Amino acid sequence: MAPRVDVPERREPPSAPSETPSTQPKISVRDLDFFYGRTQALHNIVLDIPERVVMAFIGPSGCGKSTFLRTLNRMNDVIPATRVSGKVTIDDHDIYAAGTDVVALRRKVGMVFQKSNPFPKSIFENVAYGLRINRVTSSKSELAGRVEQALQDAALWNEVKDRLKMSALSLSGGQQQRLCIARALAIRPQILLMDEPASALDPIATSKIEELIFDLKKQYTIVIVTHNMQQAARVSDITAFFLLGKLIEVNATEKMFTAPNEKLTEDYITGRFG
Amino acid sequence: MNFVAARGDRTRRISSALMTSLTALCTLLAVGALFIILAYIALKGIGSLNFQFLVDRPRPVGEGGGIGNAIIGSLVLLAISSAFGLPIGIAVGVYLSEVGKSRLASIVRFIVDTLTGIPSIVTGVFIYAILVLPMKHFSAIAGGVALGLIMVPIVGRTTEEMLKLVPHSLREGALALGAPQWRVTLGVVLPAAASGIATGAMLAIARVSGETAPLLFTAFGSRFFPTSLNEPIASLTVQIYNYALSPYDEWHALAWAATLVLMTLILGINIVVRVLTRRKF
Repeated sequence: MAPRVDVPERREPPSAPSETPSTQPKISVRDLDFFYGRTQALHNIVLDIPERVVMAFIGPSGCGKSTFLRTLNRMNDVIPATRVSGKVTIDDHDIYAAGTDVVALRRKVGMVFQKSNPFPKSIFENVAYGLRINRVTSSKSELAGRVEQALQDAALWNEVKDRLKMSALSLSGGQQQRLCIARALAIRPQILLMDEPASALDPIATSKIEELIFDLKKQYTIVIVTHNMQQAARVSDITAFFLLGKLIEVNATEKMFTAPNEKLTEDYITGRFG
Repeated sequence: MNFVAARGDRTRRISSALMTSLTALCTLLAVGALFIILAYIALKGIGSLNFQFLVDRPRPVGEGGGIGNAIIGSLVLLAISSAFGLPIGIAVGVYLSEVGKSRLASIVRFIVDTLTGIPSIVTGVFIYAILVLPMKHFSAIAGGVALGLIMVPIVGRTTEEMLKLVPHSLREGALALGAPQWRVTLGVVLPAAASGIATGAMLAIARVSGETAPLLFTAFGSRFFPTSLNEPIASLTVQIYNYALSPYDEWHALAWAATLVLMTLILGINIVVRVLTRRKF
């Protein structure tokens, strides 16, 4: 018998989509196929993501979880020779329908990348960038206020408030990643996509990001891709397991890591492959 | 474990030492040649260099004279060519790196590469045909455009290479914040590559400031200080050419001094651009 994965005590009861059928899902995916050239990377994905939960995507490398995450804000559009079919609706809007404003979509669906990617600008300008391009405000004091708020929300304000004019590249790796989260939060999206946000960070920086995710859940719907199953267990309410481009199982996180429905999930979680 | 060199290691170490010293020797040759040229020019030129020489215009043999008008002419020509060649070159680079992903882009790239190899005198003759003949006279504008045309492919290709060095994650980061493509390019990608693009621009300016042939057909040269962009204008390179080809020893000395001034000018431009585009972040 393989050892069970430790599941830490939860601070809130999980809410799986099956248990809350009455609420409208924030994101709804139907029959999604995705192709890189001729290679099919995603097969017939069907998934609902409720509002204000943290959903984690787990699975071995190359299983399509990052690709799927990137279909939710049409980030794959920038990769040449890709093709998508099926339906992704966010608040009842089909985001792949003709005439969709991708810029407006990405404003609503923020994204944090695996590798922190601050712009070679000052700390302040990094956070202000999204506000400026979206013409959120023309008043300087309001801009400064929203930058401060975003940095507060990303739990970075106290560390950088005295050096907002310094280069963002002078920050440590963990601080840079929180800066990227602040940058995404500044334009107040409704959904936050996180592609392995802590994979390049040390344990202390990782725990800061995880605490942050827990706080952000009150306001945002968060979808996080992670390689780290303990992390998925710690931060998420619902977990989805991907394998070879297929969605194998979606379940309340607690259930997923103690008594998954699928044999494949159990094999992966208990470390038999992947 | 035995760390004493085995027999086979001896030849390996000898050939390693041989190749290392060979590369060092070649570097020494290249750098040495440059320093010999610089030292020789300085030695020959410094004798005729004085304040009068820098501010006066050319005079008949025996009356001294200077290259003040040629210095100003060269700077004017560089300004015109930069105003014309740098924006177009940078735009070409942006197109090749950021916009054009199609077959057209590879055709443009091939043409730009071919353009780099065109002898500068051909560019001069071309501008003579399309600008000087219709205007019916030589002019600073024609000279500047000819030099600018030489700059376009150099700046275009270096800009493209520099933009390609900007990590893709930066573009995605900006796109994910809802930035349209043009704002990503202008606000994030170009500034991130600014110092590299400036280096490319500098190389292009240094390259054209040494050009003589295209100016013979376009700016022509002048013995007077410029008063208008619509008339022939002097330049250091053409002035050096005229002085050097003359049969007078006095003018030969002036040619050396003018060469020294030209080299100093190029060095000065390089330093100024370097300081201005120093990485701030």
